[in-house]
Amino acid sequence: MSQEKIITVKNLTKTFGSFTAVNSISFEVNKGEIFGFLGANGAGKTTAMKMLIGISKPTSGEALVAGFDIKMQSEMVKKSIGYMSQKFSMYDDLTIKENITFFGGIYGLSRIQIKQKTVELIRELGLEEVADKLVGALPLGWKQKLSFSVALLHEPKIVFLDEPTGGVDPITRRQFWEMIYAEANKGTTIFVTTHYMDEAEYCDRVSIMVEGKIEALDSPKNLKKQFDVASMNDVFLKLARNIE
Amino acid sequence: MKRFIGFVTKEFYHIFRDKRTMFILFGMPIVQIMLFGFAITNEINNVNIAILDQSKDTETQKIINKINASKYFNIQEEITNENQIESIFKKGKVKAVLVFENHFIKNLQTQKLAKVQVITDATDPNIANTITNYVNAILQNYTQEINKTTPGNYQIQAQTQLYYNPELKSVFTFVPGIMTTILMLVSAMMTSISITREKELGTMEVLLVSPLKPFQVIIGKVFPYIFLSIINATIIVLLGFFVFKMPLEGSLLLLAFESILFIVSALSLGILISTVSNSQQTAMMISLMGLMLPVIILSGFIFPISSMPLPMQIISNIIPAKWFIIIIKAIMLKGASIAVIWKETLILMGMTVFFIVLSIKKYKIRLE
Repeated sequence: MSQEKIITVKNLTKTFGSFTAVNSISFEVNKGEIFGFLGANGAGKTTAMKMLIGISKPTSGEALVAGFDIKMQSEMVKKSIGYMSQKFSMYDDLTIKENITFFGGIYGLSRIQIKQKTVELIRELGLEEVADKLVGALPLGWKQKLSFSVALLHEPKIVFLDEPTGGVDPITRRQFWEMIYAEANKGTTIFVTTHYMDEAEYCDRVSIMVEGKIEALDSPKNLKKQFDVASMNDVFLKLARNIE
Repeated sequence: MKRFIGFVTKEFYHIFRDKRTMFILFGMPIVQIMLFGFAITNEINNVNIAILDQSKDTETQKIINKINASKYFNIQEEITNENQIESIFKKGKVKAVLVFENHFIKNLQTQKLAKVQVITDATDPNIANTITNYVNAILQNYTQEINKTTPGNYQIQAQTQLYYNPELKSVFTFVPGIMTTILMLVSAMMTSISITREKELGTMEVLLVSPLKPFQVIIGKVFPYIFLSIINATIIVLLGFFVFKMPLEGSLLLLAFESILFIVSALSLGILISTVSNSQQTAMMISLMGLMLPVIILSGFIFPISSMPLPMQIISNIIPAKWFIIIIKAIMLKGASIAVIWKETLILMGMTVFFIVLSIKKYKIRLE
């Protein structure tokens, strides 16, 4: 494999008291790929992701994100990544433009950059008519697209998406994935957690976490072959049963 | 710095677009001060008083008639000696006793000065104060009249004596009290709510993932409230001064400094509350029960600390509001300088530092 690694994780562990949420996981993510990070609720995927984005300190192990050590250089890590949380993470009482200005501002974009980005982003999403309306008035699907675009404002190398499509209709989900593809084609690495197994099929590679460990990691095609099943859903079920 | 301004701008949008927040911030202080101010009424009507006329001459009779004719007073009783004053007050029949000295008319004619003693029941200090003022006004009016008809610079002097509460202990406490309550409310409750709101919405996570440092996030969140609290304090002081004639003897600079100190201590309490609560409701409940009630009950705002049972008096010492009320009363009423209130200021400062350190520690633990 000669591909450039953008995330390298080695024996990353997080314990809370006697409970091990993340148990010595190791994996690598290639630059520009869509990496699906799967697992049941409580499997440890959120904890693992929080360590990678620098809001939780690992108990042991190491990880490099965009070439920076998450323990020693968390500030640099933060500058290189974008993040969209599973809750809709913009301010309902601010207008679309104000939200963009605010998030651009905290990522240190200059006023001119923010202006340019605002115009571009609003045009791309076709939001010209509602640009000065409060975000709270937008339908959820729009909000999520907007929030994804805002996470990309500062042109991060990697964007972390934490269950980005929770609660939206299949059509919007499809559109959302088209946006993800478009961004990945530009060379941005996408790190996405989800529990929709059909979405797992859209990823270049997928890792499945069960009880704090990564039990499977490969392309959806290879995983289906390996487990001899027809869909990612079955891969997941089989894996969960084997552990039990 | 640019980031900081952006952050603060956003925070102001939150505040100005939320009607509830705006009401608590600006409606509440005005409503409260008006309620307290006017509920402790400045108007008196038909107040029962007693007269002890030791002179019984034509002048005293004229004055008594004049007082009786006013709608403010109603002469309930005429007593004959000083020993009766105490018992008449105890019965609660009258609010005040006017005592005309012996040889009233003679004093007025020979020395051009006669004295009336105005003895008031100061258990209701506000009424006592008003009565004294009204009696004074009537006496002055009367002197002006006699000076007009027979020029000679005659004077009738009212000597005030207060029974039961000689220092009028609670009369001007409501302005400092409300100021304390409001500052506590705005600073602690509003900040704790606004921080927990970000937690609830999930935006806090996004802020923490951004290159902003945690302390920048917190400072950005509390800064607007420092600013608004200062405006609030100013409004309250101005209302107290202009509407309720609250004296403002001491240095405004010192008052501002002490207020900011208190605001900062309340803000750090707000941050502390936000670290232990996960929802806006929890934050609000903790603020109300944990901060507002002690401020109202134990700070000496409504109930004088000196009349509390000893355990409560001891507990009241850990309430920052108690010290702040002492400080601003001393500044506003007595014109105290820092030399007089340095001890209270130090205590308040100590508490502030303690809360700041504690909330930073708590906040860090939460981030781990």
